[in-house]
Amino acid sequence: MEKIETEPIIELRDVWKIYKMGNVEVPALRGLTMKVYPHEFVAIMGPSGSGKSTAMNMIGCLDVPTKGEIYLDGEDVSRLSESDLAQIRGRKIGFIFQTFNLMPRLTALENVMLPMTFQDIPRYERERRAKKLLEDVGLGKRIYHKPSELSGGERQRVAIARSLANNPRVILADEPTGNLDSKMGREIMEMLLELHNSNGKTIVMVTHDESLSRYADKIIHLRDGRITEVEQ
Amino acid sequence: MEGKMIEDYLRLATDGIMHRKLRSWLTMVGIFVGIIAVVTLISLGQGLQRVIDEQFEMVGGDRIIVTPGRGGTLTGVPRGSFVAAKLDKSDLDVIEKVRGVDSAAGVILATGNVKADNKRILIPIFGVPTDPKYQKLLKQIDFFAVDEGRYLKEGDRYKAQVGVRTRDFFDTDIDVGDKIEIEGIMFDIVGKNKKTGNPFHDSKITIPIETAQELFNKSDGYSMIQVKVEKGSDVSEVAENIKKKLRRHRGVKEGEEDFTAETPQNIVRVFKDVFNLVTGFLAGIAAISLLVGGIGIMTTMYTSVLERTHQIGIMKAIGARNSDILLIFLIEAGMLGLVGGIIGVLLGLLLSKFAEYLVVNYGGIDIFRVHASPELIIGTLLFSFLVGCFSGYLPARRASKMHPVEALRK
Repeated sequence: MEKIETEPIIELRDVWKIYKMGNVEVPALRGLTMKVYPHEFVAIMGPSGSGKSTAMNMIGCLDVPTKGEIYLDGEDVSRLSESDLAQIRGRKIGFIFQTFNLMPRLTALENVMLPMTFQDIPRYERERRAKKLLEDVGLGKRIYHKPSELSGGERQRVAIARSLANNPRVILADEPTGNLDSKMGREIMEMLLELHNSNGKTIVMVTHDESLSRYADKIIHLRDGRITEVEQ
Repeated sequence: MEGKMIEDYLRLATDGIMHRKLRSWLTMVGIFVGIIAVVTLISLGQGLQRVIDEQFEMVGGDRIIVTPGRGGTLTGVPRGSFVAAKLDKSDLDVIEKVRGVDSAAGVILATGNVKADNKRILIPIFGVPTDPKYQKLLKQIDFFAVDEGRYLKEGDRYKAQVGVRTRDFFDTDIDVGDKIEIEGIMFDIVGKNKKTGNPFHDSKITIPIETAQELFNKSDGYSMIQVKVEKGSDVSEVAENIKKKLRRHRGVKEGEEDFTAETPQNIVRVFKDVFNLVTGFLAGIAAISLLVGGIGIMTTMYTSVLERTHQIGIMKAIGARNSDILLIFLIEAGMLGLVGGIIGVLLGLLLSKFAEYLVVNYGGIDIFRVHASPELIIGTLLFSFLVGCFSGYLPARRASKMHPVEALRK
């Protein structure tokens, strides 16, 4: 499969993120420059404190940089307001978190419908798509269960279905197997790989787990807020 | 925000309420106590208003009531009956000559010792003139109207009209044709008064004025003088004229009158003033209780926002705008207010019905009905929803302004 297109879907140009702790400035990212092309599976790796979570927040439009620019689909998102960022997140990015981050009191179905709710999609359409997505991840019979009634692996599958709700081009996965045993972790990774291979999703995964890096096309190693190595 | 989303937001908002049942209940108590007070007060007030208006109609709008002393009357019941100052035939003559006066009748009111069926009871006794000229005037006043038997007529001495409630005081029926003993003298009952719903008037006994004067040693004094105003004359103006002439006749200065001339309008006004004062006071208490209820909602909402910080982070991550979060929490707060309001309205209606039961059965005011208009109920519910939204605004704003990354970390 031809994976590299000329225009990157995500581009970070000299991105700095500096947190202020009282009077002390703590840089989490120091001039990060990277490109992610459509249909790539990129892993961002590094020990804790390397800035990989901050990088993930920047790519996911959850936060804006102190300095530098971020382009998503060619659009500069580094200076947008929180509400504009929310709309972009909702449409263009699907999140998968280590701790699943499902709404605890909504059913699996309602959880998957929620991102579509925020995009003003009509109810029947939301319900139809959410059911289809849950079937695709093998939870067609558990759509009315709440997260507390599901196993860890099932919860992460609900999260995957939710990340696909608005059919985003980019899936951001933050330690997706971190809270799962190795068997379930493998299942989840197979599922991500399937999304990448068959559906052509661009996947950016943040992890410190070396064993997951084999799924990726490209591995970016971070340390102290800078890229130390890029493996193709 | 589009209508189709509201039900989803409602789902997210009520979810917060349902999950913390006890706290939500306690918060709603704060609101519904105030709402109970509002609904009870207003429905009682509207009911009372109707009673007053009906009584006002019974007296008639073209009437002036002159009483001795400065107490005046309340819905036709003289308060000054026992004061030293008197009204007599000479006052009546003066009043009859005032321009605009159609006719006037002196009436005696006393408390009589009444016996029937070996039971003795104190009952208000009215002594009314029986000559045709005055009877014509009295017949126009609902309080004296007869609907069974006949009116007193000229020449009657020991004849009586009884109120519909008179029989309640005795074991046997008191009907037209029966006898009743007043102050030791036997009277024939010739007529029964029409029911007015006013317990005072429904229990009174009416006898000829000459007999009453003799019975109660009142020689030629009157407890009150009923005046009918000529058609086309201004009632207040005639009342002022009566005051002026009576002042001159009785030799008193303006502002020092030893009598009162009232129109039904100002009787009703006095009554309403008192009522409004009481209502205003209670409404003030209700307002304070609603304010406290609102603060309760605010506190609950701040706690709810803190507890749901992580969920706010999730919703923001998957695309919720600040306005979406604001709306979800505003609806949650509004629902707390609204549900509190619904409970308050129901309990308030129950309470005012109970009050009505007490007034009708123990107060004897048969015509009293509480009145809760649809406007009152809808207005109250809307108001409680708005109290909720208003109280929830600051917490909701805080929720909406949370940074997604920080919220997700919680």
